[in-house]
Formats: sequence, C-alpha cells, structure tokens
Amino acid sequence: MSAFRGRGPARAGQYAALLAYLAFLVFPFLWLVSAAFKPARELGAPHPTWIPQDPTLDNFRQALEEQPLLRAAGNSLIAAVAAALLAVAVATPLAYVLARHRSRLTAAATGWVVVSQAFPLVLLIIPLFLILKNLHLVDTRTGLVLVYLVWSLPFALWMLTGYVRAVPRELEEAAAVDGAGRLRTLVSVTAPLLAPGLVATALFAFVTAWNEFFFALVLLKSPENQTLPVVLTHFLGAEGAADLGPLAAAAFLATLPSLVVFAVIQRKITGGMAAGAVKA
Amino acid sequence: MANVMAAPKRSARGAAPGRRPGRRRPGRRRPGRRRPGRRRGSGGPALGPGAWFLVLPALLPILILSVAPLLHGIALAFTDAQSGRTQATRWIGTLNFQDLLHDTLFWDSFRIGLLWAVGVTALQFLLALGLALLLDQDLRLRWLARTLAIVPWAMPEVVVGMMWRLVYNPDAGLLNETLHDLGLGDGRAWLSGLGTALPAVIVVGVWAGLPQTTVALLAGLQNTPRELHEAAALDGAGAWRRFRSVTWPALRPVALAITSLNFIWNLNSFALVYVLTGGGPGGRTRLPMLFAYEEAFRYGQFGYAAAMGCVLVAVVSVFLALYLVGRLKGDQDR
Repeated sequence: MSAFRGRGPARAGQYAALLAYLAFLVFPFLWLVSAAFKPARELGAPHPTWIPQDPTLDNFRQALEEQPLLRAAGNSLIAAVAAALLAVAVATPLAYVLARHRSRLTAAATGWVVVSQAFPLVLLIIPLFLILKNLHLVDTRTGLVLVYLVWSLPFALWMLTGYVRAVPRELEEAAAVDGAGRLRTLVSVTAPLLAPGLVATALFAFVTAWNEFFFALVLLKSPENQTLPVVLTHFLGAEGAADLGPLAAAAFLATLPSLVVFAVIQRKITGGMAAGAVKA
Repeated sequence: MANVMAAPKRSARGAAPGRRPGRRRPGRRRPGRRRPGRRRGSGGPALGPGAWFLVLPALLPILILSVAPLLHGIALAFTDAQSGRTQATRWIGTLNFQDLLHDTLFWDSFRIGLLWAVGVTALQFLLALGLALLLDQDLRLRWLARTLAIVPWAMPEVVVGMMWRLVYNPDAGLLNETLHDLGLGDGRAWLSGLGTALPAVIVVGVWAGLPQTTVALLAGLQNTPRELHEAAALDGAGAWRRFRSVTWPALRPVALAITSLNFIWNLNSFALVYVLTGGGPGGRTRLPMLFAYEEAFRYGQFGYAAAMGCVLVAVVSVFLALYLVGRLKGDQDR
C-alpha cells in the first residue's frame, strides 16, 4: 500500500531499479576487495576479471612493508577509543540535564549542537592549531584526542539526550519517593537503563574518530603519530601511477573495523536516524 | 561540528533514538498546545546550582575547543596572521575580504564548490527519494538493500576516495572495463580529464551520502499515515496524485531538513575530493575547503584562509536557517 503499487511490468521495473541501486552500491566495493587479492600482473592486464584468477595475499604483505600500517592503526585505535570513552563520559551528565531540565542553558546547548554541525572546519582548524600549539599539543595524540572529543560531542549529546528521554521519568520519581538522592537515582536507576544507549553512542564516536581525516592531516606531522587515514593517502600517486594492489589491500584493511562496528550497531543507527530524521 | 557531521562522517544526526515518532509514552501529561515535540522532556524543574557539576565536564571542552576557536577564527579573518611569523599579528580590517573579492582563484573554487554541492545534493535527493519509495514497497530484496546501504556509510572517506580511484582507473578500472564490455569505446582518464573530473567526483559524493539520505526519507515515508493512502486510493487517486497530495506534504519537512543539511555538509567537504583529485586537474575540482586548506597550511596565510571560512559561514548560514525552519515545521506537523 503505498505511493506506487503495481503488477506485472510495473513490478518488474521496480525490481530493475532496485538491482541497479544494489549494483551501484556494491560494485565499487567488490572491485576494491577483488583488487586487494589480485597479483600485480592481473591488475595490470588489460581486461581484469571480477574474481582473481590467482588470488594472493602479496598485496597485504607489500602494503604492510611499504607503510607503517600497524603503527598507524594503533594510533587510530588509541585516539578513537580515548575520544569515544571521553565523549560518552562528559556528554552523559549534560545530556541528562538537557533531557530533564529546562533552562537557558538547554536552549543554548541545543543551538550549539545544531550550529556546530554547519561550520566549515577551516574556520575552526586554524585557531585550534594555534591553541594546541600554545599548549604544546600539536603533533601529539593527546591534542588529537581533545579535538575528536569536541568533534563527537554534538552527536553524542544528541543521541544521549534521546536515550535519557526514553527512560520513564516515573522510575526516577519513584526512586526519589523511596528516599534515594539524585546521584543515587542516577547511578542505580537511570544508568543501567541507559547502558545500551551509552554503548551505541560510544561505538558511533569510535567510528567517527577512526574514519576522521582532516584534523589528523593538519595536526599530526611526524610519521610516528599519524593515524590510519593519513597514512593511507601515502599510497596515492598520480592517477594510474599508484601501486594499485597494496593500495586496495590497505584500504580494505582500514575499512574492516568500521564495517564490523556498523554491522553491530546498524539497527540502532537506522532506528535513531528514523527517529532523528523526522526530528532533525 | 562539522562532521558529526562528518561523516562525521556525517552522523550527527544519529539522534534521539528510542523516540519513535507518534508513540506517546504512557503516563505523560498531555503535550502542550505549542510545538509539542519540543517541550517534551523539558518540563522538569529549573536547573539548580547543584546541577553544574553535571554540566561543566562537557561545557568546558565545548567552550575552549569549539566556541572559542570559532570566535577566534572569525577574528583572525580581520588580521594578517601567518604561520611561523615572528612579528606580531596586526589588525587589518576588511583587507582580507577585499583581496578575496579580487581573487579569481577563490571565485573559481567558490563556483566549483557550489556546482559540487548543488550537484551532489540534488542527485542525492532525487535518487534517495526514488529509493525510499522503492524500499517502502514489499519487494523481496528490500532487506538486502537496507543492509548493504550501510557499506558506504561505514567507510572512511579516504577509503571511499581510494576505492573510486580504482573504479575510475584509466587502464584497468571498473568503469572503463564496463564501457568496453558494452562496446562504448575505450574509456578515458576520468579524474584527470578537464571536463570529466568534476562530474566524476560528484558521482562519488552522491555514492557516499546516498544511504543516509535514503534512510532519512524512508523514515519520513513510514511516518505518513497509511489510512490517508488507502482513502486516496479509494477515491480513485492514481500513484502520482497520491504522491503529490499525500506522500509529499508529509515528507516535505524531512526533505527540506535533510537537503539543507546535506548541502551544508557538501559545501564543507574536503577528504573525498582531496583523495580523488587533490583539487586537480588544473583546479577543476578545487573545492573551497581545499583552497582554504592550501592557503592556510601550504602557504601559511592564516588570516586570508580564515576570511574564506567566514564567507563560507555566511553562505552556510542561509541554509542553516532553512534547515532550522524545516526542523520547526517537522515539530509542528506532528
């Protein structure tokens, strides 16, 4: 029952459109995966096939030898985990206040969440660079973590405020009637109910930081501090000139953690999107 | 910030889970007359002084690392700040903006940025609308499409860029191979062709953001009352008529919100095109953010780059206002 319902030819047209969409969505990714497992001579051959004729792991070995991928992945992991934990830790109390209290602060914070999404990063990055420089935090993982923390705060606040609102206020009121103080109520009534939301928010913040490129590019100069996305760009040469196999292998490796995390929280994300999209 | 936006990756709008529209929680007071959606949950007591310890942990980083830099960035636009310079930074009024006015390279990048943002946003919207309508049907492969839609969303932008460089590769790329197999000529170097580079990167931009837009529109669709469709169908309204009179009016606030937000994000995008073309060939894909990045961190012109940022903010503000209007409307309509 919906906007267009059809039989026969119309249905066939719908399936054709759906298949075209799936092809557009999936083929580039399959091409990447396929390239990652192809030996160099197959990649350079005029008419490569989808399935590698002679699959190999050489590209992965070569990629790991050419660039310090493991160290970069370690840096990304540290930055992303630290930023995610910090973001949830500082955002949860504020989200609680935003969801449960009415004040000018609530309006200001909500306004900031919306507006902060729209500003060109270049306006932010230069002063951030100067501030971190004064604090001697340019080119350090600590500096990057601080930037990622603030960067993931808007959506962490947004998600968490929704989760807090979903906890029935009556439960907290009941606890208060039973004599629990505010902190006690928060810790033993609200927090356990929030746990799934906290995990989803932290995972989302993790992926955000894991995938981030611009701040890492500007703020990290020494090779030993660089994160995975920055190191990945070292595989790029001029168009056509790059070493395609290792490039594909490294790109494939860098994507796996995000894909796994997204697969885990997919329902929460699309569900949250569904609620958020109407709101947002 | 811009990225939770980015991909973050653009995500910020992850929002408000657990609040399914239309389902009122039991035991709540009836929502007030005005904008019920906004007041919900904010009816609590005023913020007491004791609550500050809950607020400060987030507020301090926000003030120090987001609000202050933003204001500082705007201030920098009126100075001659440069990186690594020894003498003090001077206030030079609107000189940077006057220079921008005569900087043809900047206007080129601005024009390219608008073409890119309009192109990506419009194509994304049209495709996503069609897809959302499609996925709203009872089709067999629907679950597959919804599951796979996560892939572009989860990929780092850098990887998306690298992947499409493989697709566009002139010698053995997927695109040229497919064209060859279809007998459509020998293909070309898409990303380095003066005429093809911008369309080529626009396609990638559409690919990367299509899932989010589709999911948002799908959510909007599923929010339209089924009874209205049935009533309209009973009255003999055709598919197009039902779309115009039932689906679209319900979808409009979501569509406006998501489109203006997408436009803002696209205008501010960086990583994708940086990886795909680096702004080339001959500046044909040099988006404003790439230009500002080069000015700031290759040539050290902090003040000048900040002025560019301010111009972008002015443009973005218009669309931010549109987005806010869409949001308020969405609240009102429920």
